[in-house]
Amino acid sequence: MRPIKGYDKEFLHGLLKEMLLIRRFEEKAGQMYGLKKIGGFCHLYNGQEAVCSGAAAGMKRGLDRLLTGYRDHGHALALGLSPESLMAELYGKATGCSKGKGGSMHMFDYDKGMWGGNGIVGGQIPLATGSAFAQKHQKDGGATIVFFGDGAIHQGAFHEAMNLAAIWKLPVVFVCENNQYGMGTSVDRASSVTDLYIKGQAYDIPSKIVDGMDVIAVMEEVKDAMDTARKEFQPSFLEIKTYRYKGHSMSDPAKYRTKEETEAFLAQDPIVLLKARMEEAKLITDEQYKEMDKQLKEVVMRSVEFAENSPEPALEEMYTDIYA
Amino acid sequence: MAIITFREALRQALDEEMARETGVVVMGEEVAQYDGAYKVTKGLLDKYGPDRVLDTPITELGFTGLAVGAAFAGMRPVVEWMTFQFGLLAIDQLIHNAVKYRSMSGGQFKCPMVVRGPNGPAEYLGGQHSQSFASYFVHVPGFKVVAPSTPYDAKGLLKAAIRDDNPVIFLESEMSYGHKGEVPEEEYLIEIGKADVKREGTDVTLISFSKPVLMCLHAAEELAKEGINAEVVDLRSLVPLDKETVYASVRKTNRAVVVDEAWPKASVGSWIQAEVMKDCFDDLDAAVELVASEDVPMIYNHTVELEIQPTVAKIVAAAKRVLYRA
Repeated sequence: MRPIKGYDKEFLHGLLKEMLLIRRFEEKAGQMYGLKKIGGFCHLYNGQEAVCSGAAAGMKRGLDRLLTGYRDHGHALALGLSPESLMAELYGKATGCSKGKGGSMHMFDYDKGMWGGNGIVGGQIPLATGSAFAQKHQKDGGATIVFFGDGAIHQGAFHEAMNLAAIWKLPVVFVCENNQYGMGTSVDRASSVTDLYIKGQAYDIPSKIVDGMDVIAVMEEVKDAMDTARKEFQPSFLEIKTYRYKGHSMSDPAKYRTKEETEAFLAQDPIVLLKARMEEAKLITDEQYKEMDKQLKEVVMRSVEFAENSPEPALEEMYTDIYA
Repeated sequence: MAIITFREALRQALDEEMARETGVVVMGEEVAQYDGAYKVTKGLLDKYGPDRVLDTPITELGFTGLAVGAAFAGMRPVVEWMTFQFGLLAIDQLIHNAVKYRSMSGGQFKCPMVVRGPNGPAEYLGGQHSQSFASYFVHVPGFKVVAPSTPYDAKGLLKAAIRDDNPVIFLESEMSYGHKGEVPEEEYLIEIGKADVKREGTDVTLISFSKPVLMCLHAAEELAKEGINAEVVDLRSLVPLDKETVYASVRKTNRAVVVDEAWPKASVGSWIQAEVMKDCFDDLDAAVELVASEDVPMIYNHTVELEIQPTVAKIVAAAKRVLYRA
């Protein structure tokens, strides 16, 4: 665990609050899915909160861009999309961040740098090199970060994008959120190597493993990598080791894992760990944490009310937003 | 007017648009130092430098996806596929990203890019290099699809394609790059979505696009020798499709033959054949004929490969059939 010393109280409260918001939002999304308010594929982020929250804290807002796969609710919240606009999107309502046209896998806010979730495994990775190519060409000083899972790393898209980023010196940071399972297939069954950062070395891209349960570690490593991308046009590859508590999607009971394995990861829960370090440093009390949690549950409840009360998109909307 | 080749017309379009806007970049295999596999991009590297004319590794999915991302960020990339056959490796990035992000985000993204290169059969290229994939892109909403047959159309349409805010699929042909035609000195653009009557006639309408348009013009000359006055409609653009021009011609001649060098099943040709039959039903004096390639993989042997494709003789015969003069 990295020390929290040097970070001020307000900042740490913000990080903790954001991770907890994501956790409560995902729990509510799962609940509403069970009530059939939300349909289709829905991939929850519980357990991985430190990855997107730490990364977003390491980005320059308004300048940098983020792309990810279909497990994208956390990244959207971390970049400042409102819980209302996300829940409404999950409900398919016109007030959703993608006007009810995207759904769980496609949360977008172009101006906030949220270049969305992509439903094709690894399909967003080449786009990130293009975003970075434009940032370099347009000299806007920004960089792009792209997330994908351990399942995506065997796609050609990953390898082709890594090679192009290296030879063209693009300001892009590749992040593999290694949550140990590509759907139901464990990394050791799918990959010739279990430490996936090794694959970055083949492209002469600086690559390392980061503890994805430690939000401070993620933030510091992403910030370093993004700064290097911006200043030196040097891409990096981070393998962030993490764990998802839930199944791959709502229809997956995750029977391929043992109870012991899941419990071992629950013991290093990123929210619990940050809270413990803050308590130890006397930056938060248990009462303050409970009050924070209560408020966030209300925020999430309000997002449900917002979604419930929002209008459906008009049928004519099917013909819009196709051609520019 | 100057007489220039199809490849020179394309080069002029690229050159003029690159001079006009710095966001226009050209990328693909061998487009820079090698001057392009078909020399379309000759001289552009010297003029615009390696930041705007980029040799890519052989990684179609990688560089096509990169171009899509760059287009989302406000650039206007022109991707050259050495052939649309290789494009199959990249089609995921176009179908799932280029024409989906705008819709899936509720209108937040634009994708101003062009993908161009040779499509369809040439000569002696065998099974993997002789296929026409126009229907793959026509089928999916969100693309514009353009397929010019003359240097004049190629230049005007490529300039329009580069300025378009949507992904434009620009279909060329190996066999056409050396074809010459008149191209004006002064700047001009051709609106995407407008067909062109390449030969006026009264007895039968021959409808085609890309390289086979020239075959239709030859067929029309053959038919004229027998007193049949054929009109040739060059679609130029497949999406959007200029139905108005096509139907006006069919309503005049009451007979139509569609010519498409792709296979006949679920093709652009069979789609246009169906549209004309449905919308011009009362004006037709005969069922619309489709002259397509045979429904077989291409064969290397030259005699056989020519017979697999539409020929002037096949078009003449089809025209005579719809005129009941066979």
